[in-house]
Amino acid sequence: MVEFLARNGRATLNHLAEAGRAGTLLFRVILGGYRLRRDWSLLLKQLYMVGVLSVAIIVVSGLFIGMVLALQGYNVLVDYGAEESLGPLVALSLLRELGPVVTALLFAGRAGSSLTAEIGLMKATEQLSSLEMMAVDPLKRVIAPRFWAGVICMPLLALMFNAVGILGGFLVGVEWLGVDQGSYWSIMQAAVDWQDDLLNGVIKSVVFALVVTWIAVFKGFDAVPTAEGVSRATTETVVHSSLAVLALDFVLTAVMFG
Amino acid sequence: MEKRKIEVLVGLFIVGALAALLLLALRVVGDNMLDGGNSYRLQARFDNIGGLKERAPVKIGGVVVGRVDNIVLDGQSWVPVVEMVIDSRYSGLSEHSSAAVLTSGLLGEQYVGITPGFIDEEEGTALLKDGGSIRDTKSALVFENLISQFLYNQDNK
Repeated sequence: MVEFLARNGRATLNHLAEAGRAGTLLFRVILGGYRLRRDWSLLLKQLYMVGVLSVAIIVVSGLFIGMVLALQGYNVLVDYGAEESLGPLVALSLLRELGPVVTALLFAGRAGSSLTAEIGLMKATEQLSSLEMMAVDPLKRVIAPRFWAGVICMPLLALMFNAVGILGGFLVGVEWLGVDQGSYWSIMQAAVDWQDDLLNGVIKSVVFALVVTWIAVFKGFDAVPTAEGVSRATTETVVHSSLAVLALDFVLTAVMFG
Repeated sequence: MEKRKIEVLVGLFIVGALAALLLLALRVVGDNMLDGGNSYRLQARFDNIGGLKERAPVKIGGVVVGRVDNIVLDGQSWVPVVEMVIDSRYSGLSEHSSAAVLTSGLLGEQYVGITPGFIDEEEGTALLKDGGSIRDTKSALVFENLISQFLYNQDNK
């Protein structure tokens, strides 16, 4: 009985300690005096690794999601003779929900996991401690550029996802199924609002970017420095950030549109 | 060299994202069906345009022949003026043609329907030219007015 309580208590304390370490890391990365100008080349490399290399998967997924939305939406709307509303259906679903959320999930799988694995392996091979030996703060040198690159890239990727998705919906809805193209765009324009839809979607993806990148760099930095620990940390990055994104999406949606 | 390549690719990435933002923000699509040379403009004054919007289709007998280009309120007569761009394949409408704001389906989008007028060959009917105006127009049905009329008629019986 006491053993059971002790086990629970230990697990809770471990979780709290982990949360504390994660908070400290975030605090030190954001307020750590990372100088953009001096470390520009480090950030540039990470923008390439995290952003540019993710473009292909984001664009292809966006295209297919837009096309599927148009196809499914058309089948329902055509029964009510309202297939002209396909434009707002596709645009609003993408801008408000699917763009930020699916981009964040893909980003966690594509870039988050590689961030964790890279940092975790650096730790396992003692590169991080070597940096510290040379009086180079690994937080500034390794973690901060990756963190900021993720935070910058993901909203941009989400914008690309949205644009490509709307074009994909246009391809299927207008070119294939024969919705009137003027109606597709004009009703979309009438239904989509700058602040309500576009801006809120961007805010969502900024929040997701912070959370996903934070989880990714923290899991790598906090990994047990063994092969098994790095593998576990990588898995945890994908699982935890996906769950965090979906849960946060509900909260943000309730606040923004509820 | 390697760094140069990365710089260029990151630049491309940022530009691509900005282009996406621009597309989302403006959502302008090239309407190549009706560009400059192959179209002409018509005007029509309605009492009430209902929910008609710019870029809405203009149809004759259900076939899309053009688009609504611009909707302005005439500052003196307080009447909305709808400017339409019509494909020049469909020129030669009689000036007796009429235009109406119609709704596609029960819940659908509103469009402008043009009914071609007669052409009297002996008297010589004028045709609508670029910049011409359709005089015979029918306003959009406003649902609330329809219901209140219906209720009013019920009371009178």
